[in-house]
Amino acid sequence: MMESYDVIVIGGGPAGLAAAVKAKELGLETLLLDENEFLGGILPQCIHPGFGIHYFKEELTGPEFAHRFIEKIKDVGVRYQTSTYVLNIENYSDLEKKIVFSSPKGIKEVWTKTVIYAAGARERHAFEIGIVGDRVAGIYTAGEAQTLMDIYGIMPGKEIVIVGSGDVGLIMARRFALEGAKVKAVIELMPYPGGLARNVMILRDFNIPLYLSHKVVEVRGRARVEKIKVVKVDENLKEIPKSEFWIDADTLLISAGLVPNVKLLQRIGVEIDPSTGGPIVNELLETTVPGIFVAGNALLINDLVDYVAEQGELAAFGAKEFIENEGIPSKRWIKLENGQNIRLLAPHYLSGERDVYVYARVSTPMENVKIVFPEIKKELRFPILRPAEMLRIRLRAEEIRRAEKKITMEAIPQ
Amino acid sequence: MRHRLTCIVCPLGCLIEVEVENDRVTEVIGYKCPRGRDWAINEIINPKRIVMSVVKVKNGKLPTVSVKTTKPIPKEKIPELMKVLAQIEIKAPVRVGQVILENPLDLETKIVATRDVESV
Ligand code: SF4
Repeated sequence: MMESYDVIVIGGGPAGLAAAVKAKELGLETLLLDENEFLGGILPQCIHPGFGIHYFKEELTGPEFAHRFIEKIKDVGVRYQTSTYVLNIENYSDLEKKIVFSSPKGIKEVWTKTVIYAAGARERHAFEIGIVGDRVAGIYTAGEAQTLMDIYGIMPGKEIVIVGSGDVGLIMARRFALEGAKVKAVIELMPYPGGLARNVMILRDFNIPLYLSHKVVEVRGRARVEKIKVVKVDENLKEIPKSEFWIDADTLLISAGLVPNVKLLQRIGVEIDPSTGGPIVNELLETTVPGIFVAGNALLINDLVDYVAEQGELAAFGAKEFIENEGIPSKRWIKLENGQNIRLLAPHYLSGERDVYVYARVSTPMENVKIVFPEIKKELRFPILRPAEMLRIRLRAEEIRRAEKKITMEAIPQ
Repeated sequence: MRHRLTCIVCPLGCLIEVEVENDRVTEVIGYKCPRGRDWAINEIINPKRIVMSVVKVKNGKLPTVSVKTTKPIPKEKIPELMKVLAQIEIKAPVRVGQVILENPLDLETKIVATRDVESV
């Protein structure tokens, strides 16, 4: 007989670890699968502090945050398997899914009632952001450089230009500078920095110039990167003629954002929200395929690991609800939609039977803003909102029930 | 000299300006609460940071272990500390929280490991 589980968690990063611990605590037979040799996802390479302030009420580094969860996995006795790559999810019926995976022991199939998909995100590459030129050594994504430096102890370069001022790019700017490399510039397409204020501060610490409204367009070199062409862009992000200049550097670091990793899900027909890049989900993080849940950066790109862990736990709770009721019970679903100045949000369908946290990002930085949900007459005021920071707003069950069919979320001036 | 800072104590991110003359703060403006004011003054007079890096590991499953200072240290001491860290090599196994260095450069901090490294 084939092995069977209540829940298979795909991905051993913070979302998957939190999901697996919670699922096991809720009494579900759980198996956690991860493709890396070690658990933790990208956390073991994120050696800087700033993790877990909400979840553990203290500031930890990435490896420490992972360590706490890995200890919990062992404490509650979750079965897990590393070096295991999930090849396919086969959806036979609502309560029968087959997971096909390969591991050093060969290819194996197991049955499960539910899946919590927590496979994280991938980084955008140079070609996705329109950089042309020579295909030479010395072009890395931020995460690749981070793995090299902080897991394997290898310096990827000496004179570095970083594309993108999101948190990952800024944190890598600091790592390079600390290790004695020269970070020659951070180039940001938008007119404002992409990362959290505490990370933007890094640039001042190390006197690293930040070029806002600029774009890297070309890389030149023989065997390795030698120079990098930068142009200024206007408010429509169009290149301004004759504004170009070259920077000498041996390394180009691409930190142009993350995209939820949803390939396996798309194959079984999970519907994707074009604005988050992740699946469309209900309030228990169930996708449009019954019994398939999603959490963490595979759902939407988060700014704090605490939210990722929270989503993992919610998905585990969803799996339990699903198994007990042979489906997520709800009389009706109310659609939550992004309106004016809301770039993305999740979850997308609310039942009004329980309180829900809405995760959202605004489209542009705004001061003196109101977040409004007109259909349910809810309003919140914020002195400032930035796209870099994810909003997390609690909607109470009785508030949700006030809506007929849909609720819109908008960010408007006060 | 006038320093401009974006406060990071809370998400409001007030733009705070600190005026310094002969190493003394003469004016602070732009903050909306006393926590921000204190932070900005410290940030100019005595900025401190937690430092993190990796150090070499012998006989480990991984060639490095990540480390951090247990307390923030003065910013200007960071390059010196990084040089110290670059020179050390420790033996696997290493455990989270294990002290790698006691009181380096008399900075009144410890260097501790932030991940486990098993030995091969
Ligand atoms: S000054 Fe006060 S209110 Fe303003 S950002 Fe700093 S902590 Fe927040």
